[in-house]
Amino acid sequence: MYQYDQYDQAMVDARVAEFRDQTARRLSGQLTEAQFRPIRLMNGLYLQLHAYMLRVAVPYGTLNSRQMRMLAHIARTYDRGYGHFTTRQNIQYNWIKLAEAPDILADLATVGMHAIQTSGNCIRNISSDQYAGVSADEIADPRPLAELLRQWSSFHPEFTYLPRKFKICVIASAQDRAAMRLHDIGIELVERDGASGARIFVGGGMGRTPMIAPEIRDFVPFAEVVSYLEACLRVYNRYGRRDNKFKARIKILVHEMGADTYRAHVEEEFAHMKTLGLDPPLAELERIAAHFAPPPYETGLSDAIDRSDKDFALWLDTQVKPHKQPGYAIVNISLKPIGGIPGDASAEQIDLMADLAETYSFDELRVTHAQNIVLAHVRKADLHALWKALEAADLATPNLDLISDIIACPGLDYCSLANARSIPIAQRIAQRFADIGRQKALGELKLKISGCINACGHHHAGHIGILGVDRKGVENYQLLLGGSGAEDVALGQITGPGFDEDGIVDAVEKATDVYLANRTDGERFVDTFRRIGMAPFKEALYA
Amino acid sequence: MLEFFSLREGGEAAELPAVTLEAFAGQSNATAVRIEPGEDARALLPHLDRIALVEVNFPAFGDGRGYSAARILREAGYKGELRAVGDVLVDQLRHMVRSGFDSFAPDQPLDPQLVDAALNRFSGVYQKAADAAALIWARRHG
Repeated sequence: MYQYDQYDQAMVDARVAEFRDQTARRLSGQLTEAQFRPIRLMNGLYLQLHAYMLRVAVPYGTLNSRQMRMLAHIARTYDRGYGHFTTRQNIQYNWIKLAEAPDILADLATVGMHAIQTSGNCIRNISSDQYAGVSADEIADPRPLAELLRQWSSFHPEFTYLPRKFKICVIASAQDRAAMRLHDIGIELVERDGASGARIFVGGGMGRTPMIAPEIRDFVPFAEVVSYLEACLRVYNRYGRRDNKFKARIKILVHEMGADTYRAHVEEEFAHMKTLGLDPPLAELERIAAHFAPPPYETGLSDAIDRSDKDFALWLDTQVKPHKQPGYAIVNISLKPIGGIPGDASAEQIDLMADLAETYSFDELRVTHAQNIVLAHVRKADLHALWKALEAADLATPNLDLISDIIACPGLDYCSLANARSIPIAQRIAQRFADIGRQKALGELKLKISGCINACGHHHAGHIGILGVDRKGVENYQLLLGGSGAEDVALGQITGPGFDEDGIVDAVEKATDVYLANRTDGERFVDTFRRIGMAPFKEALYA
Repeated sequence: MLEFFSLREGGEAAELPAVTLEAFAGQSNATAVRIEPGEDARALLPHLDRIALVEVNFPAFGDGRGYSAARILREAGYKGELRAVGDVLVDQLRHMVRSGFDSFAPDQPLDPQLVDAALNRFSGVYQKAADAAALIWARRHG
């Protein structure tokens, strides 16, 4: 994975010094909260209901054991002993003191980490596929380009006060494991006539007006990607709406202007940008790519696994995915124990995962947008020992992509924007479907919960989505069906009137009953929904 | 405290009354113009050779359109004074300089020490812009 050189290190060190100075000015009253707000936001620091929340960037979700241990250290030293992994592949701490924030950033900088642009109306942490570099379906590892773009977007002088936040995702497979088309810019690495480059989608997003990004360009050569993105961003910075925060994302611009007009503006700007020497030489992408070279895999390993322990076999079938290298496997660690808080991990669990990555997975971990952790290179011969260690730490719940593998935002328990609680709903649904046999029988079922219309819990993209709203002072939950954030990307449809806290759990169960009664062989929940439509579900829900 | 400062050679400022873009369009002898966030800086491109001062107004620091306006002018070869006016805060200065601004008339005077720190804290930059800052990728492959 990528290692900072002296320039990268100087950059984060300078940022720590800058933020220390800014925080001191705020604490002494030289800066008003209104002036400090955009500064702290650009450093991932939010003022929440009870305390400051700090969001630490995990670029494209990849980190090493040393960095992971630092995340545990921060949880232990500055927070309440745990952290929350997010749908942006980052980690958040919910109980931070402003005066300590500069020290946290200084600690992070010692391991090449930061909180730069994890908030604010700027280009945010770039997300990617958690199976990058190890899945056989990729044309290349998408992370070198993601790292190139991380650097390009860091402290970008022109694009730091955009109309609204800006999220970029890079993948390299037709299988979309990162909700690529639900980003402001989605990039898919593709091959055209023997050359590799980027296919560009612009204007996707969730929030209160969900949109699937249209393709804006079929192919941009790597040597011109930075120029092309500068063009995309400049058109947005100049013409994106600033009169209404809720209409300020690029998806609204692309939608209101029309994809063809937006594309024409971008092409005109691109033709100009290409003449300015903005693109780093390809040698820079190659330099970065060398950091992502495959680890020294052993060859001649056996693919045989002893499945005689049936609990182990269940975990194996659910959490372990094929690796492109013979003898190795991809392991998904569930941060969704039944009744737990989705994405939360204690300092002890974070340390343990770091140790296990060091022992079994070439010192590397990935955070997934579904709020789980991946060890990407585990020898099949080590799987049993790894499982035993995970099980002892409550990290071996076998529920990947099942109904209890819920994405949930922090909701009203933490967030000042939320209208309703998300976590207790996730916990109650997981408890209702606690029986793993029942979950397996339901098969792949992606359930996603947001506590307000901003959709941080990705409810639009859930096979089953839940949106918490405030109805006359009472929490009310709308049910959506048929969404997907994968290559079959789709936006969920609202079933009808919402439900109360008890009612929504029952409603989810009724929807699964309709699926079980109607499915044909091999159909997932979302496939059945697409085939039979909303009517049978409505009938059962509102009978 | 600094009510005005310039990074131009000699630090001189053009003492010219800037006219609005609309007035500029109808007035062939104006040499200073002020553009607002929603206005198209490209409208000035045919006239750059006779302009000595462009003021770019930031009514609110969070409205970043002025950064694009500045770069567009510099990319087109504008060499005159480019002044950021309005809600110009010390924490935005570095981005403004990188976008091509070379003088500043903030609504609230700035502390010279903070200005100095803000402009000199970072030794390298990751992306090419309108300034001559040392490009990290160029150093890596120099």
